[in-house]
Amino acid sequence: MNLNNTLDLPAFWSMFVLVVTLVSVVGCAIFLWIQGAAKFKANEVTGHVWDEDLSEYNNPLPNWWRYLFYITVIFGFVYFLLYPGYGGYKGFFNWSMRDQYDMEMKKAEQTYGPKFNQFLKQDVMTVAANPEAREMGQRLFLTYCAQCHGSDAGGGPGFPNLKDGDWLWGGTPEKIKETIVNGRTGVMTPKGVKPDMDAEQVKDVVHYVRSLSGLSNDSARAQRGAELFQQACAACHGADAKGNPDAGYPNLTDKIWLHGSSEAKQIEIVTKGITNQMPAFGEFLGEAKVHLLTAYVWGLGGGQKPAPAAAPVAAEQPAATEQK
Amino acid sequence: MLTHEQIERSNFWMIFLIAIVVAVGGIVEIVPLFFQESLTKPVNDKVKPYDALRLAGRDIYIREGCYNCHSQMIRPFRAETERYGHYSVAGEYVYDHPFQWGSKRTGPDLHRVGGRYSDQWHRIHLLNPRDVVPESNMPAYPWLDRPLKDPHIQAKMRALRAVGVPYTDQEINEAPKMLEGKTELEALIAYLQGLGGALKQSR
Repeated sequence: MNLNNTLDLPAFWSMFVLVVTLVSVVGCAIFLWIQGAAKFKANEVTGHVWDEDLSEYNNPLPNWWRYLFYITVIFGFVYFLLYPGYGGYKGFFNWSMRDQYDMEMKKAEQTYGPKFNQFLKQDVMTVAANPEAREMGQRLFLTYCAQCHGSDAGGGPGFPNLKDGDWLWGGTPEKIKETIVNGRTGVMTPKGVKPDMDAEQVKDVVHYVRSLSGLSNDSARAQRGAELFQQACAACHGADAKGNPDAGYPNLTDKIWLHGSSEAKQIEIVTKGITNQMPAFGEFLGEAKVHLLTAYVWGLGGGQKPAPAAAPVAAEQPAATEQK
Repeated sequence: MLTHEQIERSNFWMIFLIAIVVAVGGIVEIVPLFFQESLTKPVNDKVKPYDALRLAGRDIYIREGCYNCHSQMIRPFRAETERYGHYSVAGEYVYDHPFQWGSKRTGPDLHRVGGRYSDQWHRIHLLNPRDVVPESNMPAYPWLDRPLKDPHIQAKMRALRAVGVPYTDQEINEAPKMLEGKTELEALIAYLQGLGGALKQSR
């Protein structure tokens, strides 16, 4: 990968650029000198005549203009000595856009690095309680996350609400961090694991599922659907339809419907299946920002305490090493 | 020696000398770039020619004028790399004919948009941006959800091959099959999701 700072211009072309550049600049100077040295007679006209009697004096270049041009030529010489321009010659300052960028990044790291690292040493719940960290987390959230989850983290159809304590993939600090770092892909196959269901049976299942969270339903259909649910859906959503956050299977008994609670939408999803994705941000954002974001999201109101077996600090370490 | 008056009064000398003066800049600034490998060779093996679907999507990107508001060129400033990812390098555009750098950002840069959002997000967002980003001022493109028709895809691929994109005969033969049953929306999303994955998206 040629991202280093060498200019891989072949020697011939480097020389070519150097020679043409020099010749052009020197040529300008010579031309200017010849023009300046030319003798002009007073009141000489060019011989062009317009509108019967309108003619044009042939005057020398104004001195202010000529000297400005000389200064430009000298500036050009000096500039190309200091900065790259004479072919492959890198210039006295050895300046490059990449070095300038690296310096900018280094300076930013010195300014902001300690601040980020100070939070990185604390566990997520401590960071979430720190008002300054929350402000930083919110800015990061608005830059990187709001496009899908909304600027208030309230989500929308297909994009989970992060404030409500309902988690597809778990709401402990460790799980939230895992979601941000590696992303998530949730897949529901068409008609679950019973692809031979016909349209009527799909409708029955949907009515059964609607009955679980008190949505309007046809009780005869719901009754027929109960058995079908066990065959087609229970493998993932569980016999009690409560889902499984370890694998991203949603709870169907609560009142939260990520993709909408209308009967038509639910029939569509059961019939066609659905794939939904959260992109991975670990590599892009880096450890420190992910940590702040995790704390921000965790602290939005829905964060769950880590399982008692795993102390928070110990639980985070695997996630942190994974992304390296 | 030619005098001012002779040059001024001769069509030939006037045209000839102007052409030389005008050409100098181009010859010095452009021609040597053709021989600089960091500009003409892919930056790494993750830079691949667009497959038929992405190529068709790219043409929709151009047709809809996305480049009027979106650049595809991340400059080496911290303010840009923090938001978009690694700055762009020339070796990432070698299969772009022409590249879509753009010159104006009414919307964000798209050079590393690939993988930043889910396909589903792009679908909703292209059909009506306000459905996912209420503050957005991007126009909606509801007509994109229609069958993709690109009868010239093979000719396009052959033309690109003529200017150096290494398409194989097999890829060209299979192109129409790849576009079968796809919508314009899917092609455009495939193009967007394939953008900018060549360099690590971090510092």
